[in-house]
Amino acid sequence: MSAPNKSYDPVEVEALKPEVVEQARDEAVAAFAAAGSLDELKAAKVAHTGDRSPLSLANREIGALPPHAKAAAGKLIGQARGAVNQALAKRQAELEAERDARVLVEEAVDVTLPYDRAPRGARHPLTTLAERIEDTFVAMGYEVAEGPEVEAEWLNFDALNLDQDHPARSMQDTFFVQAPDGTPDSGVVLRTQTSPVQARTMLDREPPIYVVCPGRVYRTDELDATHTPVFRQVEGLAVDEGITFADLKGTIELLVSKLIGDGLQLRWRPSYFPFTEPSAEIDLQCFVCRGESVGNPDRPCRTCSSEGWIELGGCGVVNPRVLVACGVDPSRYSGFAFGLGLERILMNRHNVADMRDMVEGDVRFTLPFGMEI
Amino acid sequence: MRVPLSWLREYVDLPAGETGRDVAARLVRAGLEVETVEQLGADLKGPLVVGEVLSIEELSGFKKPIRHCFVNVGAANGTGEPQEIVCGATNFAVGDKVVVVLPGAVLPGPFPIAARQTYGHTSAGMICSARELGMGDDHNGIIVLEPHHEPGTDAIELLQLVDEVLDIAVTPDRGYCLSMRGVAREAAAAYGLPLADPALLDVPPANSYGYLVKVADPAGCDRFVARTVTGVDPSAQSPIWLQRRLQKSGIRPISLTVDITNYVMLEVGQPLHAYDRNRVDGPIQVRRAAAGETLTTLDGVKRKLSTEDLLICDNSGPIGLAGVMGGATTEILEPVVDPETGQVTGSTDVIIEAAHFEPVAIARSAKRHKLPSEASKRFERGVDPEAARAAAQRAVDLLVLIAGGTAEAGVTDIAAPHPLRTIAIDADLPDRVAGTGYGRETVTRRLQEIGCTVVGTDILEVTPPTWRPDLTDPYDLAEEVIRLEGYDNVPARMPTVPPGRGLTEAQRFHRRAGVALAGAGFVEVNNYPFVGEAALDALGLEPDDDRRRTVKLVNPLNDEEPGLRTTLLPGLLGAVRRNLGRGNTDLAVFETGTVFLPKAELKVAPRLPVDRRPSDAELAELDAALPDQPRRIAVALAGERLPSGWWGKGAQAGWADAVEAARTVARAANVELTVRQAQRAPWHPGRCAELLVGDRVVGHAGELHPRVTKALHLPERTAAMEIDVDLLFAGGGQRVSGPAVSSYPVATQDVALIVDAAVPAAEVEAALRDGAGALLEAIRLFDVFTGEQAGEGKKSLAYSLRFRAGDRTLTADEASAARANAVAVAGERTGAVLRGV
Repeated sequence: MSAPNKSYDPVEVEALKPEVVEQARDEAVAAFAAAGSLDELKAAKVAHTGDRSPLSLANREIGALPPHAKAAAGKLIGQARGAVNQALAKRQAELEAERDARVLVEEAVDVTLPYDRAPRGARHPLTTLAERIEDTFVAMGYEVAEGPEVEAEWLNFDALNLDQDHPARSMQDTFFVQAPDGTPDSGVVLRTQTSPVQARTMLDREPPIYVVCPGRVYRTDELDATHTPVFRQVEGLAVDEGITFADLKGTIELLVSKLIGDGLQLRWRPSYFPFTEPSAEIDLQCFVCRGESVGNPDRPCRTCSSEGWIELGGCGVVNPRVLVACGVDPSRYSGFAFGLGLERILMNRHNVADMRDMVEGDVRFTLPFGMEI
Repeated sequence: MRVPLSWLREYVDLPAGETGRDVAARLVRAGLEVETVEQLGADLKGPLVVGEVLSIEELSGFKKPIRHCFVNVGAANGTGEPQEIVCGATNFAVGDKVVVVLPGAVLPGPFPIAARQTYGHTSAGMICSARELGMGDDHNGIIVLEPHHEPGTDAIELLQLVDEVLDIAVTPDRGYCLSMRGVAREAAAAYGLPLADPALLDVPPANSYGYLVKVADPAGCDRFVARTVTGVDPSAQSPIWLQRRLQKSGIRPISLTVDITNYVMLEVGQPLHAYDRNRVDGPIQVRRAAAGETLTTLDGVKRKLSTEDLLICDNSGPIGLAGVMGGATTEILEPVVDPETGQVTGSTDVIIEAAHFEPVAIARSAKRHKLPSEASKRFERGVDPEAARAAAQRAVDLLVLIAGGTAEAGVTDIAAPHPLRTIAIDADLPDRVAGTGYGRETVTRRLQEIGCTVVGTDILEVTPPTWRPDLTDPYDLAEEVIRLEGYDNVPARMPTVPPGRGLTEAQRFHRRAGVALAGAGFVEVNNYPFVGEAALDALGLEPDDDRRRTVKLVNPLNDEEPGLRTTLLPGLLGAVRRNLGRGNTDLAVFETGTVFLPKAELKVAPRLPVDRRPSDAELAELDAALPDQPRRIAVALAGERLPSGWWGKGAQAGWADAVEAARTVARAANVELTVRQAQRAPWHPGRCAELLVGDRVVGHAGELHPRVTKALHLPERTAAMEIDVDLLFAGGGQRVSGPAVSSYPVATQDVALIVDAAVPAAEVEAALRDGAGALLEAIRLFDVFTGEQAGEGKKSLAYSLRFRAGDRTLTADEASAARANAVAVAGERTGAVLRGV
């Protein structure tokens, strides 16, 4: 490169003449516009912006100019190069977009193809139903208690005010466990209800007690559409100062509204259980016919057998004798207890017609219930 | 208890328009479980009339006797002409009064009646049997009425065919509702109407010349009333009203005397027994059975008696099982008609027993002899001891009125002193139990309504009526008040629950394990826990396998399955087979539940007291008698684990999926699970993994033994896993410490090692880890092969090692040195040799 030369006249330098620079610029812009592919554009880019391109060559001449001329020439070349680069980038973007559009169309797939590659699983609806009930109570402050399925007779019956000769003891058909000598006098049974967990809880700790106890229970029924010898209950127990029947009603009403929904009537029917007094059966208005099938043979209801009500379970105020046997002072504390049959609730809440589907383990039954209900 | 509405109205003047359903609704709210309201004769339509048989022509040539009759039905057929009817019954004669249904009528079924041609004659209607009219099961011929009925009389009214019957399931505490008297009392209270008590009768006082009775066991029998009626006409039949009431109540009419005792039992709730006085030998005695005694009850069964059985005896020995069933030798004879003379012979002199027995004794006898009778059902639940005299009187009155008998003047009434129970109750106890305010007046009024005597103000002295033995403490009384005031009228309120702990860690883990398995494609199933030898044999368990020691049931559902499961596998594999049978071929299922493992030393659970809290030592005795009941999770897989599809090839389920399921559960517990080669039934001896937490075996997984899959009709290569989640969880639950994540570059190096085929990959990996040291971030086995290249009896394991430091970029030399050390340790411990790369 030549040294600065004061007498040097930039106008006389051919390559730096404005019309020459502008021409080079225009030729470059036109060449980019004419490029029909990214490859052509690349060639045009080399030709018009490469080291040997007219603008690059012209740029080199600037160094030899006298100082006073450098700025003007620099500006001239800079503007031209800016315009060229801008045109190049614009064309580059256009051509890339064209290419992308073409290629991506070619790569299109059928996104409706089934993809059942990972096997689907599910939890049993009785499990998730129990959890839903547990969660409702846990949110109120209750705790979840558990107990053994093979249970001492004393806890399953006697502690619950059902002595050996109590007529109610034959209301529940019990599986008895063989004693070591092979006789039935083992004092051990398959629990017929989740209520022994109540007894265990009271024996275990001091009030206040607020627990729910889900679990499997056993009665010697044959399996059919509405009975199973192994079924599930959720038991609830509250023992505290001043617990009343009114507290029981409020609690059950809240549970039903959370579990099944509002707007259905509950019927509280006096009944008899040895472990509660007073005792009640809770009936829920049939959510299918809402009672309109009663006495109306033209509109029979399969869900409630045209009775208008569906039995939810039993409940009551804990019999003070049960408190005594479990070491709770009945003069200070009172309690309520309830027991709900989960199979029945599942049938009603989810329109399951046949209880056998819940015990046979057919995966087609369980899969639609997914992970939670 | 079946309660005909027409009968109920005799004691309570219910509003005229009140239907059975209306009454049922009221009773349900008062605590009677009305199961059904039966509409008798709802679809019955006349004409149904009394007819007089004018002529009978026996038709021959048919397979059974057929009669061609003409019957006078009065004006009921519109013409007054005799009605021509063909009849298949033979128990009637010319002149008999019968029940005729005419064309156009509809019998229960519904069964429309029309004139038709049959057996070569016109049959314009039908002569009816009791069953055809819906009166009962009796189909031994047609109904023959008493001679005094006029032909043409409406028989629907006469036979009381239209009625409503409430079927009530009486709970054990309400024995008094096993009578019209008791139900009527509840109905009266529910409607606020007065009760006409059928037990309010004039009864002559006891005297010394009644039938001689000795009660040797006053604890078992605290009341014994005996009355005698002589000259009963054995040919007298129960009138229609009496038969109909029995039939509607579900009791079959037998003979007049027996019908009367049953009727009175239904009416006042007191079971009665009638003896043929001429068959009773000497005084009646009430005592317990002696060892070796027997009694033939009137169902014809000879029964060996227990010394606990309470008996009615005469000089000949036992003549009745007290409160349960009478004996055959003294029962009322069924009337017999002499075919020649037409003379009817039968029992003419009757002793009526109205006694009160101790409930537990009767319950035990009925259970012991498997004889739940109408009488025992009532005695077990408690009978009103004060109703005995009235009941006996009522029976005597009916025998005199209907059977033409004469009541003897002697009245036997042996009564052990019955102290009246008085219960002191705070007048506000019902308020405190219900959580509402009834007030003393309401409490007093309600208690009086159920028959109590009430005195006092703040503390009420309450004497329950004799028919309510269930009322023994203040809470029983509170319950009565609350139920009669209506549960619907108790307010709803929420208790103030103190803050709870939420779910326990174990409970949260149980949920996570289920979610994790379901997320991994397993479907949850629940199986019954009952197992038998066959299921355990099919698993190929050795004779001394612990899992053969099961908890046994006395009364299993199925005699082939008397035990409780010691492993979840039998039930789970059964579910697999059921699914396969239904065409669900690719299966991954899981079950979570307890198994039942008998303790080493079997014990009996004691019967502890209930009047106090048992001591901790006593409670420990209960638990000592129970089997261990650990919680398990098991999975089973068959068919394709990953299906083939347009994306490529799938994979069959196998041992690795079973092991991985265990890892899935372990991850849910945040527990490090180690896996070791093992052998255990029912798994394939070469494809069974032992699952450990630390040194403790918590389960097994792998492919099932081919013999097991064959025995259970499962596909080959069916895989299974079973793990004890209690043990698993006990080894975990530590809080995770957050790792320091380095942002320096990773250095990855691969190694391929040749080891003996028998060397477990887990050991090689452990050695590599130890050898690589702290710089090792992760290690992954990416290839395994055997064959020529690896060498005879060898296998090649290729690992990718990722090295990284937390404080600097590793140099290539550092990574290589760590790798070399890893290989060296692996070589030392497992004989691994670096494969030439």
